[in-house]
Amino acid sequence: MSSREILRSIGKMATGIPGFDEIANGGLPENRTTLVAGTAGSAKTLFACQFLATGITAFDQPGVFVTFEEAPEDIRVNMASFGWDIPAWEAAGKWIFVDASPQLSDHNVAVVGRYDLAGLLTRVEYAIDKIDARRLALDSLGAVFSRFQDETLIRGELFRIASALKRRSVTTVMTAERNGEYGSIARYGVEEFVTDNVVILRNALEEEKRRRTIEILKFRGAYHQKGEYPLTIQPEYGVTVIPLSAIQLKQRSSNVRISCGVDEINRMCGGGFFRDSVILVSGATGTGKTLIVTHFLAGGASEGERSMVFAFEESREQLFRNASGWGIDFAKMEADGVLEVVCLYPEVMGLEDHLVRMRAAIERFRPNRVAIDSLSALERVATPRGFREFVISLTSFIKHQEIAGLFTATTPTLLGGTSVTEAHISTITDSIILLRYVEMDGQMRRGITVLKMRGSMHDKNIREFNIDASGMHVAEPFYNINGILAGNPMYGPGVARLTTG
Amino acid sequence: MAAVVLRLYLSGQTTRSEQALANVRRLLSQPNAVACDLEVIDILSRPEVAEEENLLATPTLIKVAPPPMRRVIGDLSDMQAVSDALGLGQGEM
Repeated sequence: MSSREILRSIGKMATGIPGFDEIANGGLPENRTTLVAGTAGSAKTLFACQFLATGITAFDQPGVFVTFEEAPEDIRVNMASFGWDIPAWEAAGKWIFVDASPQLSDHNVAVVGRYDLAGLLTRVEYAIDKIDARRLALDSLGAVFSRFQDETLIRGELFRIASALKRRSVTTVMTAERNGEYGSIARYGVEEFVTDNVVILRNALEEEKRRRTIEILKFRGAYHQKGEYPLTIQPEYGVTVIPLSAIQLKQRSSNVRISCGVDEINRMCGGGFFRDSVILVSGATGTGKTLIVTHFLAGGASEGERSMVFAFEESREQLFRNASGWGIDFAKMEADGVLEVVCLYPEVMGLEDHLVRMRAAIERFRPNRVAIDSLSALERVATPRGFREFVISLTSFIKHQEIAGLFTATTPTLLGGTSVTEAHISTITDSIILLRYVEMDGQMRRGITVLKMRGSMHDKNIREFNIDASGMHVAEPFYNINGILAGNPMYGPGVARLTTG
Repeated sequence: MAAVVLRLYLSGQTTRSEQALANVRRLLSQPNAVACDLEVIDILSRPEVAEEENLLATPTLIKVAPPPMRRVIGDLSDMQAVSDALGLGQGEM
């Protein structure tokens, strides 16, 4: 057998942990042991439990949980909050605890002479045979070392257990403690006996914000994605990995055009937005970003499509009042089931958590259009890197669902300028529309231009627009005026001709 | 009927198992030894017992009666230490 064939012969077992199988190129190496190392509070136990829980719920694969630290009763209670009914699985023969947690009687134990951990191995193998387990979790190895004083002996014994497990068709997750987020893999040198596969969970402080990540350090003889990926913990879903760069750019590109709700803007875009495109609308406060969002949602409703808006700046009442001020009835759209308005304060949770919740909401409501007003508000709760990852991930997700996305970004200055948001995400979006204040003859007017329209011709003019009780009206281009986007409009040589209204 | 009940849990017929068994027998055959019932269990043939008794290490010697229950793990090479740990010393009959 050539080495190439050996490589192929290592199968992967899909874990069912959302996102993890993508960065693991399919899952954990099948019938092998993977070490999951992390500092205190990095969700090791949760990862181990979820590995078994998804095995049962998604693949009907029974699992054995060996606990060295927490009592089984504590684990049952703690995991119930993720919706995992461990007692029911135990009753159904899908889950067995091997309780190796510290007991009250432990102080009555004396050590005289040399021993081994054959008792533990026997119990683990007995439990595996009893329910024909395919998955095994041992949590955590550090606790074994603190129970028994002889480190060398324990290391040898754990090596023996790991080797014995290799002969069985069971895929194993062992957890171990780390002293710091970066440095040696695990305490007590446990990686030495399960060196084949190592996954690291981190819970690091970055600019005063906790940021959880997961990294696959190595899978011996199998492929995986490299580097750290964001990870979130949600009450209903448990651990979710956000795969980012593992996301493949294989979205189908659609030529179907949809109406953005304003005929003139459709014309400026060469016939409307593309079905599966992401459009960024950038402008200073009050230039009409929320107005464009409102038209976008109403445009969807008029074509019989469903829309969802995530509003991070205004309350429901404000949004509904704004819309009715422009002649659009959000309440009726919601009653008709073609709109869902989700209002949230950006600060209530981390960006990764927002992402998981937004994805869940989109999967539930299945909209054709999604608007976010505004992305800049979300930027406040994240680090620049975290924000960029969020936008990439969200963009990729909605493109996969063939949803049209409209995001708004707020520029910090009233005249001209670009927003930080724009700088971060302009390359990710398919189209960019700029809204700008134009100061002319002692008046504040508003200008709109399509800066970029991927895959289509578009109007290059900067046009004036007005807002009245029926919404937005785009008029003629500003003629013979320069410097609008830079924030200082000047009449060019020749006669100024401004059309109004 | 002996008042003291001991159970010795072994895993297979290894050198360590044999040493542990020999050491317990030697302890019980001392002239001043207390009368004991000794039960020897191989957990490889009865793994359910290992689970019931919450065993991790082998060999494990458990004094089941009289209370309090005591456990000693290891090959039991030091007779005096085993006797002390189980509370089987002189005058403790």
